[in-house]
Amino acid sequence: MSDITQFLSGNSILEITYIVASVLFILGLKMLSHPLTARRGNILAAFGMGFAIVATILFHRKDGEPIGNIPYIIVAIIIGTAIGWIIAKKVKMTAMPQLVSFFNGMGGAAAALISMMEFPHVSPELIARSGMANGHVLAILLGLMIGTVSWAGSMIAYGKLDGWIGDLRIKWMKYVNLTILAVLIGFIVFIMTRNVTSATELTPYIYIMFAVAVVYGVLFVMPIGGADMPVVISLLNSFTGVAAAMGGFLYNNQAMLTGGILVGSAGTILTVLMCKAMNRSLLNVIVGVFGGGGAAADDGGGTVKEITLSDAAVLLSYSKKVVIVPGYGLAVAQAQHICHELDKLLEEKGVEVKYAIHPVAGRMPGHMNVLLAEADVPYEQLIESDEINPDLPNTDVIVIIGANDVVNPAAEDDPLSPIYGMPIVKAREARNIIVMKRGMGKGYAAIENKLFFNDKTRMLFGDAKATLQNLVSEVKDL
Amino acid sequence: MENIFDFFLQHREAIFIVILSIFLGIEVISHVPAVLHTPLMSGANAIHGVVIIGAIIVMGHAESTGSMILGFLAVILGTLNVVGGFVVTDRMLEMFKKKK
Repeated sequence: MSDITQFLSGNSILEITYIVASVLFILGLKMLSHPLTARRGNILAAFGMGFAIVATILFHRKDGEPIGNIPYIIVAIIIGTAIGWIIAKKVKMTAMPQLVSFFNGMGGAAAALISMMEFPHVSPELIARSGMANGHVLAILLGLMIGTVSWAGSMIAYGKLDGWIGDLRIKWMKYVNLTILAVLIGFIVFIMTRNVTSATELTPYIYIMFAVAVVYGVLFVMPIGGADMPVVISLLNSFTGVAAAMGGFLYNNQAMLTGGILVGSAGTILTVLMCKAMNRSLLNVIVGVFGGGGAAADDGGGTVKEITLSDAAVLLSYSKKVVIVPGYGLAVAQAQHICHELDKLLEEKGVEVKYAIHPVAGRMPGHMNVLLAEADVPYEQLIESDEINPDLPNTDVIVIIGANDVVNPAAEDDPLSPIYGMPIVKAREARNIIVMKRGMGKGYAAIENKLFFNDKTRMLFGDAKATLQNLVSEVKDL
Repeated sequence: MENIFDFFLQHREAIFIVILSIFLGIEVISHVPAVLHTPLMSGANAIHGVVIIGAIIVMGHAESTGSMILGFLAVILGTLNVVGGFVVTDRMLEMFKKKK
């Protein structure tokens, strides 16, 4: 009988729930990495999180004390849910990367806040026994540092992707950053070696450390080029995971520990995979040589040739094989639907239309797939660039819509180019090339693109959506 | 030195979990197709929202008004991370499913 009472007292229920939650996180992540099971995986992980949250509120005890302030906690959860739900549902699919970054930052900020609040409560007995240099204090300080950097960095990444923060590239920036990082570590060492009786004496240092970490987070992301932002978000994502895991150490909480570390390591691997898709090293991204070289400054030369809408319509309608290369330009113009309309129209005329999807097209790997899926483009029509490249010499027209760097031949020809070695869609091998572009501006990586000066290339200037709309009516009128 | 050993002994279970989780995380996602990079990142993003448990614990034992406010804020931010993360991921994946 007493066994049951003890069971119902909650401690075992709590621990069992945490185990269940951890298993659901792992299963969820596993399922998320396969297209067929991905959605269920996500929901499974969400259930795990729900269980863990409810069980914590009901059964968590700290020195025998149950969780207090429950009404406030519930109000806070309701507010968070409402805001999170609305933002997540309302934001356009094109803004997805920023959104992930934003939510990531929220998690980082929560981790930092927890550390800030726990620091003054480090038990005096612990300090009397082992001084400030103990695992508890280290977990708090690391949680504060990593969480804050992740928060500040994510907000900058958010701003950059949203277009209201530009790049800031100064040569000596990396030395400044390294210095600040050293200062942060110095703070940890300083705080942990103080001889005090109570942690509250050191609270002011915590706030200074927080401020320094904010500066570091900002400066860490500032110089990194916009095209590299997905990699940075993925990296910051794993940072937040580690910060959450620090909380797990703090509270001896297995769910936080597994969840946090799992994301930390999976996020790191994901970051490396993304770098691989761009053929760059992580260090390369962080130190930010992108666009810094300036060696590939030879002017490409030649002139660009334009094509009229009706010529383009005729060319497309009487082709056998058309390949569309969508880029971020298509996404920002919200042109994915009209683009699909064009491809349906052409298919009705017996033209075979495929989409060439570069792994890093858009603002995130896989971003383009999501956007085209949103426009109901069938999955079978989306072909990865490696698979479509051998087919391109037999392609009559390749239409490049708002893409630039992913078709830049400099990646193959110019060893001095910052994107040299990046796998590309070999657009120049097609028989005809139509490039839809807003103007002659350079791509996101700010590199000249010789493809535009190619003899086979014709340009169609204008907003992607408007141009496609006009093109659709021209094709209809034929 | 003694501190380090002490720390190790005290936290050996946690350290165990950490090491196993690192390998698990690597193993679980090492064969993911590029198409799923974004949803996977977003899903993982939601999972580290587990930090909300810490926020609930702090809030649940907060005494002063100051820590109540900070705790309240932490719970909101944590919830944002969790709810926003899962909902966005679901929205992305919903689109993959539609044309089946």
